[in-house]
Amino acid sequence: MTQVQNPPVTTTTTTAAGKYVGQAVDRVDGAVKTTGEARFAAEVPYANVAHAALVHSTVSRGRITAVDTTAAAAVEGVISVITHENAVRMRPPSKVSPIDIDSMASGTTVNYLNTDQVSWNGQPIAVVVAETPHAAHEAAGLVRATYEVQPSTVDFKAEAPNAEPQPSSLILPSGGSKGDAEAALAAAPVSVDLRFTTPMHHHNAIEPHATTAVWDGDRLTVHEASQSVVWVRKHLAHKFSVPAEGIRVIAPFVGGGFGGKANVWAGTILTVLAARMTGRPVRMLLTREGVYRTVGGRTPTIQRVALGARSDGHLTSLIHTSVSQLGRVGGMAEPVTSQSSHLYAADNLLLKQEIVKLDQIANTSMRAPGEAIGTYAIEVAIDELAAELGMDPIELRMVNEPETDPLHGRKFSHRMLREAYARGAERFGWANRSPEPGVTRDGRWLVGMGVATAYHPSFQLRANVTVRVSVDGGVLVRCGFQEMGMGGATAQAQIAADALGVPFESVRVEYGDTALPLAPMAGGSAQTASVATSLLAACEKLKKSMLELAKKSSESPLRGARAADLSARDGGLFHGGRGETYASILARAGIPSVDAAIGSETRLGDLVGNMRFMSKFLMDRRRWVKAACGAQFCEVRVDADTGEVRVSRWLGVFDVGTVINAKTATSQLKGGIVMGIGAALSEESLVDPRHGRVMNPSLAEYHLPVHADVPRIDVEYLDVPDPTMPLGLLGIGEVGITGVAGAIANAVHNATGKRVRDLPITLDKLL
Amino acid sequence: MKTFAYLSAPDVPSAVRAISTEPGAKFLGGGTNLVDLMREGVEAPDTVIDITRLPLTGVEELPDGGVRIGALVRNSHLAANQLIRSRYPLLSQAILTGASAQLRNMATVGGNLLQRTRCLYFYDSAAACNKREPGSGCDAIGGFNRGNAILGASESCIATHPSDMAVALVALDAVVEVESVRGTRRIPLVDFHRLPGTTPQVETVLEADELITAVELPPLPLAATSRYRKVRDRASYAFALVSVAAALEVEGGVVTGVRIALGGVATKPWRAHEAERVLLGAPATDESFRRAAEAELAPAVGRSQNEFKIELAQRAIVATLRTLLTEGGAA
Amino acid sequence: MVDIRMRVNGVEEKVDLSPQVSLLDALRGELGLTGTKKGCDQGACGACTVLVDGERINSCLALAVQYDDRDITTVEGLAGEGEAHPLQKAFIRNDGLQCGYCTSGQLCSAVGMLAEHEAGAPSAVTEHLCATDVELSEDEIRERMSGNLCRCGAYNGIVASIKEVAAS
Repeated sequence: MTQVQNPPVTTTTTTAAGKYVGQAVDRVDGAVKTTGEARFAAEVPYANVAHAALVHSTVSRGRITAVDTTAAAAVEGVISVITHENAVRMRPPSKVSPIDIDSMASGTTVNYLNTDQVSWNGQPIAVVVAETPHAAHEAAGLVRATYEVQPSTVDFKAEAPNAEPQPSSLILPSGGSKGDAEAALAAAPVSVDLRFTTPMHHHNAIEPHATTAVWDGDRLTVHEASQSVVWVRKHLAHKFSVPAEGIRVIAPFVGGGFGGKANVWAGTILTVLAARMTGRPVRMLLTREGVYRTVGGRTPTIQRVALGARSDGHLTSLIHTSVSQLGRVGGMAEPVTSQSSHLYAADNLLLKQEIVKLDQIANTSMRAPGEAIGTYAIEVAIDELAAELGMDPIELRMVNEPETDPLHGRKFSHRMLREAYARGAERFGWANRSPEPGVTRDGRWLVGMGVATAYHPSFQLRANVTVRVSVDGGVLVRCGFQEMGMGGATAQAQIAADALGVPFESVRVEYGDTALPLAPMAGGSAQTASVATSLLAACEKLKKSMLELAKKSSESPLRGARAADLSARDGGLFHGGRGETYASILARAGIPSVDAAIGSETRLGDLVGNMRFMSKFLMDRRRWVKAACGAQFCEVRVDADTGEVRVSRWLGVFDVGTVINAKTATSQLKGGIVMGIGAALSEESLVDPRHGRVMNPSLAEYHLPVHADVPRIDVEYLDVPDPTMPLGLLGIGEVGITGVAGAIANAVHNATGKRVRDLPITLDKLL
Repeated sequence: MKTFAYLSAPDVPSAVRAISTEPGAKFLGGGTNLVDLMREGVEAPDTVIDITRLPLTGVEELPDGGVRIGALVRNSHLAANQLIRSRYPLLSQAILTGASAQLRNMATVGGNLLQRTRCLYFYDSAAACNKREPGSGCDAIGGFNRGNAILGASESCIATHPSDMAVALVALDAVVEVESVRGTRRIPLVDFHRLPGTTPQVETVLEADELITAVELPPLPLAATSRYRKVRDRASYAFALVSVAAALEVEGGVVTGVRIALGGVATKPWRAHEAERVLLGAPATDESFRRAAEAELAPAVGRSQNEFKIELAQRAIVATLRTLLTEGGAA
Repeated sequence: MVDIRMRVNGVEEKVDLSPQVSLLDALRGELGLTGTKKGCDQGACGACTVLVDGERINSCLALAVQYDDRDITTVEGLAGEGEAHPLQKAFIRNDGLQCGYCTSGQLCSAVGMLAEHEAGAPSAVTEHLCATDVELSEDEIRERMSGNLCRCGAYNGIVASIKEVAAS
């Protein structure tokens, strides 16, 4: 298959560029990750470490009537077999509070091994601790449980008709309406009314969840594959009734998360329990199957999108409803229709989310929860309506591009979808697309082009940061944020270097550790902006302190200077041609370093910070609609005989505000697109409707995209700063996956004339 | 993985002697399937006899123009062998579409013939599976069976044989040479694998104490124009939904020689005798190809999720033969 | 327990281990070489790829006892004296990594792949099967590297890195 390359793009540097911000800097941890030096959670050496393995239930609901551990305990090297019969007591997870984001830390409501109740097929019912990993796994395979089986409800599709309205919360609204969308739909001269389904997905970070836990009295050290060291610490303190201050959670390297490592799941708790009960350092790297059995995935959905339009394309009605699932033991109601309140200027709108609760593990967030699969349905529906209208699908979008947020009339802080589409159409050669489907052919391949809108809301969380400048000129940024490949440390080093006017190489960033100032979880594409806000404030504070310090000396060239007149450059502070380096200021003062801190770690400080955050969050939400968005263009080839689909070309033009690092940002966006290609074409967790068990818990049978599935992807930025966000950046972790499945489905239609409204688009649906 | 005793056999006589005295023993080649199944608890040998040091790694041309392949030749080495690439290209292609380069560097020819199904219920010890646990039932029949067999299945088992290489070999009339303390046997590959019937746990005619030592390919000039086409859920590194191994010879517009075998659709590597019968002497046209494909798939039985394979297999057969005709130089 | 010897990254190692122990667990657990990663433990992701006598294999499906007296190279052994392997440098330059967990496997796999290509081995997308001087196009690289999954989706950067090194 030949692949046509997009024309080269000349520049990706940003208009908001400083000396480093906006540059394509190599990631700072590249060397340790390419030499094998980086130690992940299961790799930190401890003398005398024991190894743990889980035993999973084989029924979806019931009571454990007996567990036979005799054979397991007899395996050479086994230290302990822990079940609900001998596990020490732990506190059950606390109730989720709508105003405390940290209360959402626990993945499920189950008090593992403190109950004989089984709530899903695969729930851990025992943990084996042994001298070696192979002894632990061999013994785990020998634990035999008997159950009193209780009736269970596990079939999502069968239960969907009984769905109930999803409760709305301040953070996650569950819908909204304007006018009478159903009546407008019925009256519309042109309309579509479509049903879509998306399957359960799993994150499948290549690093399975891993924990190394070491107790010392009531003090605990945990090396954890986590997207939120703070949540792990808080939850473990609660579970084991020990002070959070005595718990240190460390996660400098995390082998991918995508939402799967955001909450605290059974493996973490049971490793800590095993360490508590055996008095040994204990390590557990989940098996791949173990990840599927004990960590939630993305909910399956059934969605309806109905659109009514005048013959000129103006939308009179937009209806998007969804049914998604929760576990009876918890989960996050996925905001499937969220993007549909912001995308199109329809006269009437109806958005509604419903849920069913099943005897399955709690679902959880997975990259762009809501938008990843919601954009599939709405964007295919727009394409179908365009076909009904005989309009170009980009033109239909432009006709309905809103000036203000369609549902509530709020202002967009920033919206450049028109520019994204114009630029993308030109560069991708959209004009060459045949509007008639099924007519473009290249040998055995049917060729089609598709387009869809990418959209993901932007927001910020709370982060505490300290910055230190030392007499050797070095800068140390300390913040307990998470790094799992996004390039966060690199981006913050660039930001600090520009803010302080020091060389990038002189900045060191410490992260991924609860011993550092508290930072939010990595989620919601919010981390870079959240940390940057505090980092910039800390740098300002630091510069003021340095000025004050300099002014104490009569010899300082900064004497008499005002903070407002200063520029930070060349490793120090200058006004006009006069100034001096931080190193010189510190040396003269005889001080090794100066720190500046943003945020308080006291209980009161934390409370005040949280209240301030919530009020800012809600006020911001009332004033602005903020989002990263973009236009996804793709070309697919479909084998005319077999229906095999190959993506042959991709261009994403993104409006993500300021780009801090063109290299790592591009990787993030491409990564989202690759994951979207998987969701579009091959990914599906197979939950057996007879007993609720995931039947393909393996990377061999759950098909992630491989090298051969991924063409060259081109990413371009509009690169205009958002006026409401720090440095104008909007967050890039999730917007890349949105719109991808829609663009592919639309391209498949353009190639074949077939609409596939059930993901994944496997070849059997195209025969 | 259950604890086991480990022996390493230096030569064939000691290997077959060892297995004849160890009832719970298994030979271990590249380990790509057996080690995985042992870790999953599906296989639990008491003793593992490592045969990777046996001198069965040669690929030799035979006096009659055929080729003899040692049972321990690595898949990647066989695929890269120039004799195979030039005389039996479908075999090289079949191997190269299987698994990944890393696995092909480990997997052996003999082991490939013995690899076990990827049926989801075979792999999950919580599920009913007659192949894993005779008499327990078959959860695949009423469950996820998109990857399962439409040919050669029974009410006991609908598991697909997962090999690509074996599909090409069965098209080539390969012969398997096996050895035990009782001596040497030669088994045509087409008879080597058994249909599941009521005993799906018995997958081949190989006795428990027999060792595969070689695979022989007879001379087959028409195989120089041959092809392996694999249809799957991603572009690489996935098991076949349908695969077609085909060789075609056409003279004066008429099919004068043909070999077809199918993978991904049957409980064993499936030689398409019926399609070959229809094609031989028929005009080399799309119509003939389609008629042959229909004849081969006539007895196919679709289950809840794999019905599509009946049509897909036919299309893949036609497409592969068409490619051989137009691009492969069969005419 | 079985005594085995291996040369790992040029260093003679003696280990005494149970035959159940995979080469992967022996490297990570016994020798402390944790650069080689465990992603699936079933030959489905490639994170555990190492080189044995120069050939790439999945160390998770290899019992260590089978590799007695062999030469093993892991990611820790790719660099030369004081200098990174050209692929290591190219991965950083082209951002062929994000979280870093599949990276060791990608690197070892790429080293093995370049050697296979150099030796004239074909792939499933090689048009002329008998040719021994196949051009290492992006499609060829993608097919030959498909045994190494990357969930972060760094595939473009990895392919660019390999292409760059192959051309030099």
